[in-house]
Amino acid sequence: MKTFLKIIAGLVVLGVLALLAFLFVPVQRSAPTETLAADWTPEPGRGEYVMRAGDCAACHTAEGGKPLAGGRAIESPMGTIWATNITPDKDTGIGTWSLDDFRAALVDGLTPDGEHLYPAMPYENYRFMSEQDIRALYDYLMTEVPAVRSDVEETRLDFPFNLRFGIRAWNWVALRGGIGFEPTAGDDLQARGQYLVEGPGHCAACHSPRNSFMAQAGTHAGEAGFLTGGVVGDWAAPALHGPESALKDWSVTELAAYLATGRNAHSAANGEMGLVIKDSTQYLSDQDNIAMAAFLKGLDGKVSDVPQSLSVALPQVLPPAKADDAGAETAKMLTEANPEMPLGARLYLDNCSACHFVTGKGAPGIFPELAGNTLVTSDQKTPLISVILHGASVPSTRERPEALVMQGYGERLDDSEVAALASFLRQAWGNAAPAVSEADVAAVRSAAPAH
Amino acid sequence: MARQEKKKDVVIVGLGWTGSIAGIELAREGLEIVALERGRDQNTVPEFKYPNQIDELKYGVRLENMQKPAQQTVTVRRNGDETALPYRHLGSFLPGNGVGGAGTHWNGLFWRPQAEEMRLRSYVKENWGEGIIPEGMNLGDYPVSYEEMEPYFAHFEKVAGISGQAGNVNGEIREGGNPFEAPRSTEYPMPPMARTYDSAKFHDACKAAGYHPFQAPAGIASTSYVNPYGMQMGPCNYCGFCERYGCYQYSKSSPQTTILDALKRMPNFEYRTHSEVLKVELAADGKTATGVTYWDEAAQEEVFQPADMVILSSYQLNNVHLMLVSGLAAPYDPATGEGVLGKNYAYQMTGGVSLYYRDANFNPFVGTGANGVCIDDFSVNQNDFGKLGFIGGAYWRSGTFNGQPIRSMSLPPGTPSWGAGWKEGIGEWYGHAMSIGAHGSHMSYANNHLDLDPTYRDRHGRPLMRMTFNWQDNDLRMIQYMKTQMEPLAATMQADITKSSFKDIGAQYDVRPYQTTHNTGGHIMSENAREGVVNKYCQSWGQHNVFVMGAGNFVQNTQYNPTGLVGGLAYHTVDAIRTQYLSNPRPLV
Repeated sequence: MKTFLKIIAGLVVLGVLALLAFLFVPVQRSAPTETLAADWTPEPGRGEYVMRAGDCAACHTAEGGKPLAGGRAIESPMGTIWATNITPDKDTGIGTWSLDDFRAALVDGLTPDGEHLYPAMPYENYRFMSEQDIRALYDYLMTEVPAVRSDVEETRLDFPFNLRFGIRAWNWVALRGGIGFEPTAGDDLQARGQYLVEGPGHCAACHSPRNSFMAQAGTHAGEAGFLTGGVVGDWAAPALHGPESALKDWSVTELAAYLATGRNAHSAANGEMGLVIKDSTQYLSDQDNIAMAAFLKGLDGKVSDVPQSLSVALPQVLPPAKADDAGAETAKMLTEANPEMPLGARLYLDNCSACHFVTGKGAPGIFPELAGNTLVTSDQKTPLISVILHGASVPSTRERPEALVMQGYGERLDDSEVAALASFLRQAWGNAAPAVSEADVAAVRSAAPAH
Repeated sequence: MARQEKKKDVVIVGLGWTGSIAGIELAREGLEIVALERGRDQNTVPEFKYPNQIDELKYGVRLENMQKPAQQTVTVRRNGDETALPYRHLGSFLPGNGVGGAGTHWNGLFWRPQAEEMRLRSYVKENWGEGIIPEGMNLGDYPVSYEEMEPYFAHFEKVAGISGQAGNVNGEIREGGNPFEAPRSTEYPMPPMARTYDSAKFHDACKAAGYHPFQAPAGIASTSYVNPYGMQMGPCNYCGFCERYGCYQYSKSSPQTTILDALKRMPNFEYRTHSEVLKVELAADGKTATGVTYWDEAAQEEVFQPADMVILSSYQLNNVHLMLVSGLAAPYDPATGEGVLGKNYAYQMTGGVSLYYRDANFNPFVGTGANGVCIDDFSVNQNDFGKLGFIGGAYWRSGTFNGQPIRSMSLPPGTPSWGAGWKEGIGEWYGHAMSIGAHGSHMSYANNHLDLDPTYRDRHGRPLMRMTFNWQDNDLRMIQYMKTQMEPLAATMQADITKSSFKDIGAQYDVRPYQTTHNTGGHIMSENAREGVVNKYCQSWGQHNVFVMGAGNFVQNTQYNPTGLVGGLAYHTVDAIRTQYLSNPRPLV
């Protein structure tokens, strides 16, 4: 009995010590993956390029705000997280940070005081970044970005999420392995793409599902959940490989063109992905967009159609596609235009077919396909309903500068009509997704438009 | 005291087709540019969105997309003996308003002039002698040839996204195209639009008569299209809401679909809407402009915008008016023939035949503004002026624009114009009518001109511009000739009822019914400063840093819709600015 009590007492002491250590022993920062000479300097423009590749502006630039001066609200299931000022302002920004401080934030999720950042900062992914890119990004932020004095609202989450030390435990679960990047993809091009996708591009932050700890279920190729589709708010970030892949029918060129311009023969980017293209991928080189596309397509097997560049001779004439076998029956029904056709189909003819055609194929580069479109058939019904109600917009990009806007139909269609139309879209041309209800539409209509 | 803005390299007055072209081409040179636009900003969404935009009452009848007469108008008289009165209700022509200008509300008919039209006086002289030129006709050559213009036409066709079938590629005649067009270096960028039933009927009748039918060249996308700026158009759905409307479908060629979003990305370009330019300010010696003064609607004050270069790219009437009130050149005096500003105002001469078929159904709601099959068998270069007794020509076209119920209700003669009989007529005839139109040239005359009105003033206190204009025998003879040729062709088409409408000799200009918004001349191009306002590069003879765009440059009007020539001249001008002027600002001729 005595022995037993002794053991218990010992365990309690150990537990208390462990707790104290957990709370008070500073977390170790990761050492750099490469030792660069003190006078190492990145080639001109590299730091800004890394900033684009890492899409820092997506979170750290508020809408209408000064670049990288923070203040954007990031909605999370735990509450609102306010993105910080990462301009070199000494009081309100990161002007006093050393390179080691900066690296620790990027790869370990630690502030210079050793406090944990919330994982809205994707250090789960940035930890794959190379030391050269980290250094180039640091130099860029410190020397090229204008310092902006901007006191950003402090993030205040409710208990227990306000206890940042808890993230230490979360990190044990979420972070697998050390920092740095080891390619597993086939060739140099795909390896470069893999680096961009897994590291700075932090694609998995949206496109991988979250596990029960809200950590990314796959951050690296080969891990089970890697890019198999996630959910961002009410929006689905589709699977990028595997049987449910949104990219099944896309070529490497088409995918790379989508990253570069926000549009291709199949689809047009809106919502969150529209922002990624607007702030990040449109600024990347053709080679890097091709590399990412080749890597992603390579996850499903060998890729054979890798282009040298994305430049096309202009002007370009692109005839609309004919209906495919899966879509033939719907196309026939719509073409016959029998007034007895179901309400959803009639609403489609009246409101949608001018751009998206009776084939559901749209028109390449400008009006997206609805047949086989994962936004249309997603389990997340909100995006489809939202697009019908509020419209959508494709950002202006360098190579395709036209800001394409689809208008909303919320004024023209009531909830039951939107439900009928959305249900029709989800079951036309071989699409096979469950119907949308009037209540689903009412819920989206009463919420503020997301984009 | 006017507010003063920071000096720019270039100020552009009016952000329509030519302002957008000048903006993007000069912005690419790195120049700091501001464009001042009198009207509102306009985008496909929300301004032109479906179905709000296709409201015939609001936009087709009440003309909500157009310039308001209270904003700016002209006074009109038919000759020097009449007192001009303000054009208080838009009728004969419809000047646009807002970003994109007339490029947003046009029909999309896109033509290059014939080579002969660019040197019409010489062509007449060589073939018939100057003796056939009627007294009072100011027949001239353009100071730039078709051959010089060809690359600029070709480029503008690519930018504007034109659908059509070439008829003459480098001298090689192509089946299905217009064999009478001047040689072109390239095909149209997009394949021709589809054919409606009425135009198919016309096509067959023309073939049977030995004419040479071809699909109308259209600034409307027949397919998905990406232009040289990366701007995009989507395939047209043939809804028919082109003229008077902005396109909700990204299908009609306009500054919005072909230039503006590319231009707006450029950090050295900015534009200010609700900013109406009142005056071009000149240096003390009058030899250069120093900038412009404009009315800032939001601030309710005058603003001086200094600039090294001024580009006037508002509508023809507004360009001429602005130049008159700014004193950029001596006003034209028809009595003496002295002066140049306001000279050679010209228009368009049109006529046509309507055909009514009890048993044919034309589905007129399927159409486009540039729909149809055309022939050029009676065009300028096909007519023997000496024998026919007129100088000019017309292209013919058949194809429904639209089936809009208020204004597109063609009824046979004798149908009551109101009441039960009218309703009955509509029930009987809606969808059963088609038409053939002749769209003809209009020469310039000493008596048709523009000057400042002695009585009426605009809301800023400036004199209104006065239009003195009437039909002239030469052009009326031309359209009467078209009647004698078109009626027999229409007869072969065996309609139940046929109705002709061609102006008779002696017809007087009526400003009330809509005719066409192809107002031309007033700041014409010329070989020398004595005869016109601008040189071959559309550079003001008087002030070398003022360039003037648009149909005001036309020496006389061509038989075609003007946009192709307007855009071609704009590219020709900006190319001269870029390659010749910027390095050494001076008179280029």
